[in-house]
Amino acid sequence: MTEGLTKARIITGILVVGFAVLPMMASVADQDFLIVVATRIMIYAIAALSLDLILGYGAMVSFGHAAFIGIGAYAVGIAAEHDLWEGAITLPMAMLAAGAFALITGAIGLRTRGVYFIMITLAFGQMAYYTASSLSAYGGDDGLTMWGRTELLGSPLLEDRMAFHYFVLICLIGCWWFGARLVSSRFGRVITGVRENRARMAAVGFDPYRHQLVAYVISGMMAGLAGALLANHAEFVSPAYMSWQRSGDLIIMVVLGGMGTLYGAVLGAVAYLMMEDVLAGWTEHWRVIFGPILILLVLYARGGLARAFDRERVDG
Amino acid sequence: MTSTLFAVQVLNGLQLGVLLFLVAAGLTLVFGVMDFINLAHGVQYMLGAYLAVTFHALTGNFFATVLLALAAALVLGLILELLVFRHFYDRDHLDQVLATFGVILFLNEGVRIVWGAAPLSYPGPEALSGTIPVMEGFGYPIYRVALICAGLICALGLWLVVTRTRVGMLIRAGASNPDMLSALGIDVRRLFMVVFGFGAMLAGFAGIMAGPILSVEPGMGDGVLILAFVVIVIGGIGSIRGAFLAALLVGLVDTLGRSFMTDIFKVFLEPSAANQVGPAIASMLIYVLMAAVLFFRPTGLFPAAGRS
Repeated sequence: MTEGLTKARIITGILVVGFAVLPMMASVADQDFLIVVATRIMIYAIAALSLDLILGYGAMVSFGHAAFIGIGAYAVGIAAEHDLWEGAITLPMAMLAAGAFALITGAIGLRTRGVYFIMITLAFGQMAYYTASSLSAYGGDDGLTMWGRTELLGSPLLEDRMAFHYFVLICLIGCWWFGARLVSSRFGRVITGVRENRARMAAVGFDPYRHQLVAYVISGMMAGLAGALLANHAEFVSPAYMSWQRSGDLIIMVVLGGMGTLYGAVLGAVAYLMMEDVLAGWTEHWRVIFGPILILLVLYARGGLARAFDRERVDG
Repeated sequence: MTSTLFAVQVLNGLQLGVLLFLVAAGLTLVFGVMDFINLAHGVQYMLGAYLAVTFHALTGNFFATVLLALAAALVLGLILELLVFRHFYDRDHLDQVLATFGVILFLNEGVRIVWGAAPLSYPGPEALSGTIPVMEGFGYPIYRVALICAGLICALGLWLVVTRTRVGMLIRAGASNPDMLSALGIDVRRLFMVVFGFGAMLAGFAGIMAGPILSVEPGMGDGVLILAFVVIVIGGIGSIRGAFLAALLVGLVDTLGRSFMTDIFKVFLEPSAANQVGPAIASMLIYVLMAAVLFFRPTGLFPAAGRS
């Protein structure tokens, strides 16, 4: 147990330090676009972390997770459209909006199990997608351009890409820390317990439905924060953030990295988005290569990257 | 005037319902019998339409196109089963979701490489090109009526096969309790292949029939797939009857909602507000319907016997 913790700490440390020093190295090397790429990876890492909380620890396969990202993004975008730029207001608002959506859809969806849950979250995700597409006042299909970034207590600090990078890094560390505390808390144990044996947890006296719903809402709020950051990153909001392929991407990140480890979700986000960048650099039809790779990974690489590190440690 | 419009929209709703049924039938059988969640079922629909584009260009005859494309859809479905799906039957649902998601990525992009990203189309048969006059200066295309009829005939045929034949009996038994069926000495793997090929063909048929009225483009199967999920969740997984009724229900609710929701809101809202709210609510309707059904019947309206 302690050994596992050490490994988690080492990988976590490497990732955090990597994200922290990358902007400086990038600006020394005059490769500023790398900062933008790394910031985007961190934002998706937050979203993947939030999914890992329910997918990895609670075995709730949410196939509509991108909806929370989109709702968070739209909250910030719509606020900006009404000239509200203060992050101290808009960021909590984005999280609350996503949390409210999670509460409603989770309350219905969690009445079902297994494959029904997958389909229902998928359907609710599509509902959010089509609703956003038909919001003609806020750009509809074309999306909504933000003419700037969220302010922090009145200061336009985040306009600077370096400052924004570190702000996202702080959010990532915050979410990570919170997630780690959550899964090792009594509440987290109950969630894992329900994953392993729902009937037994109920018999012991815990209400599985309520615990799962709370976890689902927390996860949705965290993804909403990622969405708010994503809107700021691109200074643009569009229904495409909520497409079901995006939800699929998030599941791939979590499974690829290794479910139920938290750092695996971050590793997965890094690996997936870098692979996407590399493949897309070769050909615009990169999905034709990625599709079969994904099938082979699912077929042969069970446990994801986290497991691969495990094996290395055991063998060495 | 309004009642004519209503009748036309009901026909459009039925037409969507019939297409959804053809896709959902395969999906619900594959899931019911094999406990296999196949996201790639939507791409079978897309492949049907693209195959029809090619065969129509080759033969120029609609009916020959239908036959050739059906055969090709069946073959492609079986190849996919052999290469990919078969290895995931005993995996958990998450692995199945990811693997079939990979198939979608591959085929959507593959179609874009082979046929290009631009929307394509092909004409329906000459014999069905006319319209049925509904009112002064406006007719309803015969092809669309034929499509509804073809779908209903398929549904009837499917119902006969499932309820009146030995294969159908095995399929029903498989949907209720596959382990018991296997223990009784039935080659479940072979049954799987039959069901799978059958499902692929039905989805392909939907795509072929939809080609002349919808545009044939990459990703066209994704939207249908999700609607088909809504259908089988409402209808109850593994149930053909449930899929049929739920498909018609979803088709009607969606189509009528889109046509009349804005007008309904105009009754008690400012026109400009109604124009904003109407389309947004209309696009949510079927999901609200699904949520409502699940709230009262978490396993759908007509769950397959033995599953609860």
